[in-house]
Amino acid sequence: MQALIDWFTALLADNTIFNAQTLGYYGSGLVTTVQLVFLSLVIGLVMAVPLAIGRSSRRRWISLPIFLYTYVFRGTPLLIQLYLIYYGVVFFEGIQETWLWVFLEDPFVPALIAFTLNTAAYTTEIFRGAIKATPRGEIEAARAYGMSQRLMMRRIILPSAFRRALPAYGNEVIFMLHASAIASVVTIMDLTGAARFIYARYYAPFDAFLFVAAIYLCVTFAILYLFRYLEKRMLAHLKPVEQ
Amino acid sequence: MNRLLTLTMVGAAVAMTASTTVQARDYDTVRFGVDVPYEPMEYRDADGELTGFDIDLGNALCEEIGIECEWIVQGWDGIIPGLQSRKYDAIMSSMTINDDRREQVLFSDPYITPPSAWFVPSDSEIEDVSEEGLEDFTIGVQRGTLQDNYATDMYGDVADINRYDTAEDLVLDMESERADIAFLDFPVGKATLIDNDDYDYQVIGDMITEPKEYFGDGFGIAFRKRDEALAEQFNEALETLRENGTYDEIYDKYFSM
Repeated sequence: MQALIDWFTALLADNTIFNAQTLGYYGSGLVTTVQLVFLSLVIGLVMAVPLAIGRSSRRRWISLPIFLYTYVFRGTPLLIQLYLIYYGVVFFEGIQETWLWVFLEDPFVPALIAFTLNTAAYTTEIFRGAIKATPRGEIEAARAYGMSQRLMMRRIILPSAFRRALPAYGNEVIFMLHASAIASVVTIMDLTGAARFIYARYYAPFDAFLFVAAIYLCVTFAILYLFRYLEKRMLAHLKPVEQ
Repeated sequence: MNRLLTLTMVGAAVAMTASTTVQARDYDTVRFGVDVPYEPMEYRDADGELTGFDIDLGNALCEEIGIECEWIVQGWDGIIPGLQSRKYDAIMSSMTINDDRREQVLFSDPYITPPSAWFVPSDSEIEDVSEEGLEDFTIGVQRGTLQDNYATDMYGDVADINRYDTAEDLVLDMESERADIAFLDFPVGKATLIDNDDYDYQVIGDMITEPKEYFGDGFGIAFRKRDEALAEQFNEALETLRENGTYDEIYDKYFSM
């Protein structure tokens, strides 16, 4: 252990930018970014499934409001949504006295809300596309078996729609990771926040941003790998038969 | 073929090195990089025109030297890289002279030394700005400023530090009680918090100008390192303006209480 510490100290000895303090900023920034992105993706995913089903409904009064929601959140920049939610809430008179303020005071929760609503909107549209693309034959077969609409949704449409949506959803996860870089405008010290702090402190744009870009690349690689594994498992039936 | 390519590349590299070490030229026009808004040092007036202490003094200096002044707006984060990449020839944007920056740029003599100060809402429960006094409070600063560095090093262990892109964002969060105390350049804090009738703030504790390794020697105009002749011209002009009263006139316009 001591040898490792000595080696690390020696490695860092010759530079002024990457010392224990700044690496600590990057470290806690990585934790914040992963928390923020992971939580918003999980909540967004849970929201997106019923929304996607509603969005594919033939009843206008169900599908139209959901369409409006996805249209607004996909049609405006995430940065604007973040600003509106973070700075906008304080214009409600007396919000500081309500229980809501416990959550909204910290920048993390407003950012989480903005990211979740945004990713839920995109994911809803991804799933809707997948649901719509269910082959007619499968639905007809399910009907022929006498499945109810609900059972057919659960057993036939959703499982195959999830599989079809997987590659597109993997992209959405990566987009979300990169979109989270704007969290630092509302004082969150995420990865990009740490890089901007170190850049401003040492006037070293290349060192600070190249390093943080490398960290993003590593995280992206992990996500890619996870989705490749999932696709291999869940889309195994689509692979060509080995000769 | 490969060798030829390598040769060409070496040639290009040599040419680039040569062009960056070329001797300083004479300027007819000096382009200043400036980050707005930073009241009252530099900001836009009601008509959208750039104005402020730096702008007025910079224009007066140029007039004294007999050259043209142009102002180019640039965000603070990238203001030194912008100078080095020749987007402009000098920075006059409330930049404090310190050793870190001296490694990157050449500074004129200091043209003003404004202190930093702590600002709290008048009904704040904060009593003093010692380490104990600010424990568990949230300090707001502008990202990448000297106040940021000072607060991070002195209070980073006991207090939360929120970093904002502009003083306006910081004020908004002070108003919504997300930040408890602001540490700002005194002129900036005075203009945005004290002089503004919508807000009720006061200065707490002493004006901070020490230690020098954080707060430096005051604001200077930053030039590229090779432009020594240009910096010297500005130093002489500054001396003249101080003697003939023009400097005091501009100072009083922005800083009289």
